Amino acid sequence: MSTINIEVDGQTLEANPGQMLIEVTDQAGIHIPRFCYHPKLSIAANCRMCLVDVEKAPKPLPACATPVNDGMVVRTQSERARSAQNGTMEFLLINHPLDCPICDQGGECPLQDQSIEYGANASRYHENKRQVKNDDIGPLIATWMTRCIQCTRCVRFSEEIAGVMELGMVGRGEHSMIKTHPDGEATPDQVGAALCSSVNSEVSGNVIELCPVGALTARPSKYAARVWEMQNHAQISPHDCVGANLNVQTLRGEIIRAMVRENHQVNGYWLADRDRYGYESVYADTRLKRPMIKDQSGWREVGWETALRHAAAGLNTVKQRDGATKMGALANPSRTVEELFLLQKLMRVLGSDNVDHRLRQDDFRDDLLAPLYPGSELEIIQFESLDRVLLLGSNIRKEQPLLGVALRQAAVNNAASISAINMLDYDFHFPLANTHIVSPGDMVTSLANVAVAVSGITGVSLDADIQKRATDTNAQEQAIAASLLSGDAKNKAIIMGASALNHFEASALSAISAWICEQIGAKLVKLPEANSAGAWLAGCVPHRAEHGKEVAKTGLNAKAMLAKPLSAYLLYDLEPGLDASRSGEALSSLETADFVVQCAAFVSDEAMNYADVLLPIAHYTENSGTYINCEGRVQASRAAADPFGEARPGWKVLRVLGNYLELEGFDYIDLADVQDDYVLGDEQIVSQSGASVNDSPVKIDSKAIYRYVETPMYRLDASLRHAAALQQTMDTPTPAVGLNEKTLVGLGLAAGAEVSVRQGEIELKLLLELDNRLPDNQAFIPAGYAETSSLSGYEPITLEAG
Amino acid sequence: MLNPDSLKQIELEAQKYPEDKRASVIMAALSIAQEEKGFLNNSLIDYVAGVVGVPPMRAFEVATFYSMYAHQPCGETQIKVCTNISCQLRGSDKIVERLEKRLGVKLGEVTPDGKIGLKEVECLGACVGAPMLQLNKDYIENLTPEKIDEMLDQLAGVGA
Ligand code: SF4
Ligand code: FES
Ligand code: FES
Repeated sequence: MSTINIEVDGQTLEANPGQMLIEVTDQAGIHIPRFCYHPKLSIAANCRMCLVDVEKAPKPLPACATPVNDGMVVRTQSERARSAQNGTMEFLLINHPLDCPICDQGGECPLQDQSIEYGANASRYHENKRQVKNDDIGPLIATWMTRCIQCTRCVRFSEEIAGVMELGMVGRGEHSMIKTHPDGEATPDQVGAALCSSVNSEVSGNVIELCPVGALTARPSKYAARVWEMQNHAQISPHDCVGANLNVQTLRGEIIRAMVRENHQVNGYWLADRDRYGYESVYADTRLKRPMIKDQSGWREVGWETALRHAAAGLNTVKQRDGATKMGALANPSRTVEELFLLQKLMRVLGSDNVDHRLRQDDFRDDLLAPLYPGSELEIIQFESLDRVLLLGSNIRKEQPLLGVALRQAAVNNAASISAINMLDYDFHFPLANTHIVSPGDMVTSLANVAVAVSGITGVSLDADIQKRATDTNAQEQAIAASLLSGDAKNKAIIMGASALNHFEASALSAISAWICEQIGAKLVKLPEANSAGAWLAGCVPHRAEHGKEVAKTGLNAKAMLAKPLSAYLLYDLEPGLDASRSGEALSSLETADFVVQCAAFVSDEAMNYADVLLPIAHYTENSGTYINCEGRVQASRAAADPFGEARPGWKVLRVLGNYLELEGFDYIDLADVQDDYVLGDEQIVSQSGASVNDSPVKIDSKAIYRYVETPMYRLDASLRHAAALQQTMDTPTPAVGLNEKTLVGLGLAAGAEVSVRQGEIELKLLLELDNRLPDNQAFIPAGYAETSSLSGYEPITLEAG
Repeated sequence: MLNPDSLKQIELEAQKYPEDKRASVIMAALSIAQEEKGFLNNSLIDYVAGVVGVPPMRAFEVATFYSMYAHQPCGETQIKVCTNISCQLRGSDKIVERLEKRLGVKLGEVTPDGKIGLKEVECLGACVGAPMLQLNKDYIENLTPEKIDEMLDQLAGVGA
C-alpha cells in the first residue's frame, strides 16, 4: 500500500490512506486531546474533544473520526482548533460535579488533566447541575455516575472486548446514563442500588482504567490513597500462563491497588480481573503472621529459629528412620521460578526426587516424552490472527481470560471458525462453529474420530494407535475436521485447556492432537496453570531437574505422593485439600504422615489438622522473582512491599531451611545468586508434540454416575481464595452438585433440594442444581472448597435424596 | 410473548436490512411490540431483543432513547400535546392548562380509570397548525381551549 503525506502543524507526516488523523498524530507524538477515542475500541466520536482545524473544511473536525487524505493540512493549535477544544471542554464541565478533591480518579484523570490545558478558570454556568444515582454493579467496580461524561468507552469495551454487552447508555440527552441491565421491572429512573444487575465479565476491571473520569473506579481500594502518593512496582500476574504485566501500587509501604502495565507482546492494554484484584488477599485477616509449631500442647507461635530447627529436625528424623524417598515436596505452580528451583533442589539434595507441582493432573504416563515445558507453539500476539481453532477441554474465557479476549477478536475480526470438544458446554463470548460435548470417558474417542475424519479428507494414513481408539465418526466430528481443513486458512491451532491437561488420558489427548496438528499444519497450544512452564524449567517435577536435566531415578509425581502416605511432606504454598483434584486422598495421606512442613502465606484450616510446622512466606505481591509464560517468555517481578508480619520471601525461607538441614549449596546471599545457580536464558517456544497414545485406555463404567471436577477461576490457589472481592463475584459460586435434566429425572431427584453424595466411605450433603451444560451421568462437583474436599477426582459416586 | 402476527411483522421488517445489521430492526420491532401490548416493560424489551438477535442492553438503550416508547400503561386513549417552540408561541400553555384541568391529571399521567393518558411531546412537524396535539393517531390542529372542551366531551360521549 502506498503511503500519503499530510501536514500537521507545519510538520509533514506519512500516513496510510484510510487511517484516522488521530492515529497518525499519535504516532508522530503530536498531542490532540481526547476522551472517547481508544485505539482498541470502535470509534464513537461523541466527546468532540479532539476537534482540530482542517484546511478547506467548513468546521473543525474530530481527529478520531477523520480519515486522512493526501495533502491534508491540519492545525491542532490554531485559533479555530483551540476555541473548538475549549468550547467542548466548557460543555463537558457543565454537568460535571468538579469534585476532584473527593474523587479517587483525581491525579490520574484525563478530564482533570485536560481541563487544566483547555478549561476556563471559572465556570459561566450557574444553573443546577444534573445528578445521577449510583448503581451497585458488583464488588469490583465503584460507581459515581454524576461524573460520567458519556464517552461510552465502558459500553464499547463491554460489547467489543469483553464480548458481553453488560453496560449501555440509557435515556437521551441530559437524561442519558450509563447503566447495567435493570433487574425485574424497574424503570430506568427507578434503577438504583438494588435494581440493576452486576457486571460479571471476567475482564470487567478494565473499564476502571478506560473511564476518563471518576465515574468508574476500583471498589476494593476506594478512598484508600491518592494517586500521586502511590508508588508503582512492576509485577507479573502469577494467576495464569499469560503472565500479564501490571503495576502494583503502594502507599507508604502498603499495597493498595493494581493497574495494568501495557505490554503489547503480552497483555496489551488489558488485565483480567484475577490479575487486577488478586492482590487483595495480601492483607486478609487470614494471613499467617508468625511461624508456628505443633507439639503436645497444640499449636503455638514461635520465633523463626525455633520453627526452622523444628522443621529440620523433623525432616531429618524421617530421613534417618524411613529414608529420603519417604519424603516429598509439593508446590503451588503460581510461585516464582526461584522458589520452585530451591524447593526441588532442597528435596533432591536431601536425597528425594519426589517433587511436583501438578496437583490437578491425573495422567503422568508421558512424562519422559514430554517437551521441556508445557506451553504454546504460538506466540500470544498470534492468537488474534487465528483462522481455525479446536478448543479441547478448554474454557479459555475463564482459564486464561486475556487469551479468551484475543480469541474472540479472531472470531469477530477474522471470522475464525472455532470448534470445541468439551466436557461441559461453557458459555463462550464468541460463536462456535461446532460444539461437541462429550463425557470424559469419550474424549479420546471423539478426538480420535476427528483424526479419522482428517485422514479421510486429506488422504494421509492414520496412525495405527489412533485408529484403535476410534469408533464411528459422527457428524459433529466430521464437521470439526472439515472446519479445520476448510479454505486455505493458514493460522490454525488446537488449544488444550485445563480439563484436557488434567484428564485421566491427557497423554492420549496430547498425542492425537499433535498428530492432527501435524497433518493440518496447526500449532499445538497447551495452556497449563499459572507458572507451570517455570515450574518445569525449575525442575519442580519428579523426572527432571532444572532445564530438563535428567535425574538418576524418577521420583513420585504429585498423584502418587498423595495416593499413599509418605512419612514427611514439605508443602509450598499449598492446601492440597483445595488444590489437588484428588483432594480427599490427599487429606488422608497428609493426616497419616508423621511430619508435615507447610510454607504458606495464609493460615489454613486443613493444615491445622495435618501440619507440624507452619512457615510464613511472602504473598506473591511481596515476592521478587521470575515467571515464565506459555510462550516461554521470561519475565521478572519485583516485590511491591515487605512481607507482612514476620513472613519472609520464600527463597530465603528455603535457603535457611537448607542451612538448618546442613545441605550443600545453600549459601546464597541474594536472589541474583539463586538465579546464577540455574542460569535462566531466553526460553524458546518449544514443540509440544511427543506424547504417546497409550494402549491401555482407562476403563469407565458407562452406567455409573461420575463426579466431574473442575476448580472455579477464583478458587485456584490460596492467594485467590482469600481475595475478598473476587470471592463475591458470580465466578465464585456456592458449591453444589450439578446434573443435567435427563440424569436428574433418571435418578428421580429434584433440583433445589439437598442430596447426599457418597464416594466410597465418604458422604457429604450438597444442594442439587440443574445444569444442562453437562453430558449424561456426570455430576459436576467443583473442587477448591472445604465443603467438597473430602471427595477425590473423577470417580463414580452415588446420589440420594435428603 | 408476542402473537404470531406481530412476530411476522417483525420478520418482514427484518428483511429490509442486511443480515449482519440486525440491530437496525430494533426500533421497528419495539414499535410492533408496543402496538400489541400497549407499553414496553423490561421483560418485553428483553424478549424483543431475543427475537431480533441483539444483546438485551442494546434494545434497552433504544427503548429508553426515543420518546415514542412507553414504559408504563399510558391510557387507552392517548393525548400527546406539543409544547415545542411554534406551539408554545401560539399558546400551547393554555391548551395544556385546559387539558390538565379537565382531565384532573398532570402531563405524563393517566386518568385514574386508566382511560386517558396525557403526554407532552416535542415538535410533531405540524407547526403550520400550531398549537396542536395528537389524539391517538390523529393530529388536531389550531387548538383553542374551547376546542379542547369539545374534543373531550366527544371522547366522553364515546366512552359513555
Ligand atoms: S462511565 Fe466513564 S467510561 Fe463510561 S461513558 Fe461515563 S465517562 Fe465514559
Ligand atoms: S476523541 Fe474524538 S470525538 Fe472523542
Ligand atoms: S412546535 Fe408543535 S408541531 Fe412543531
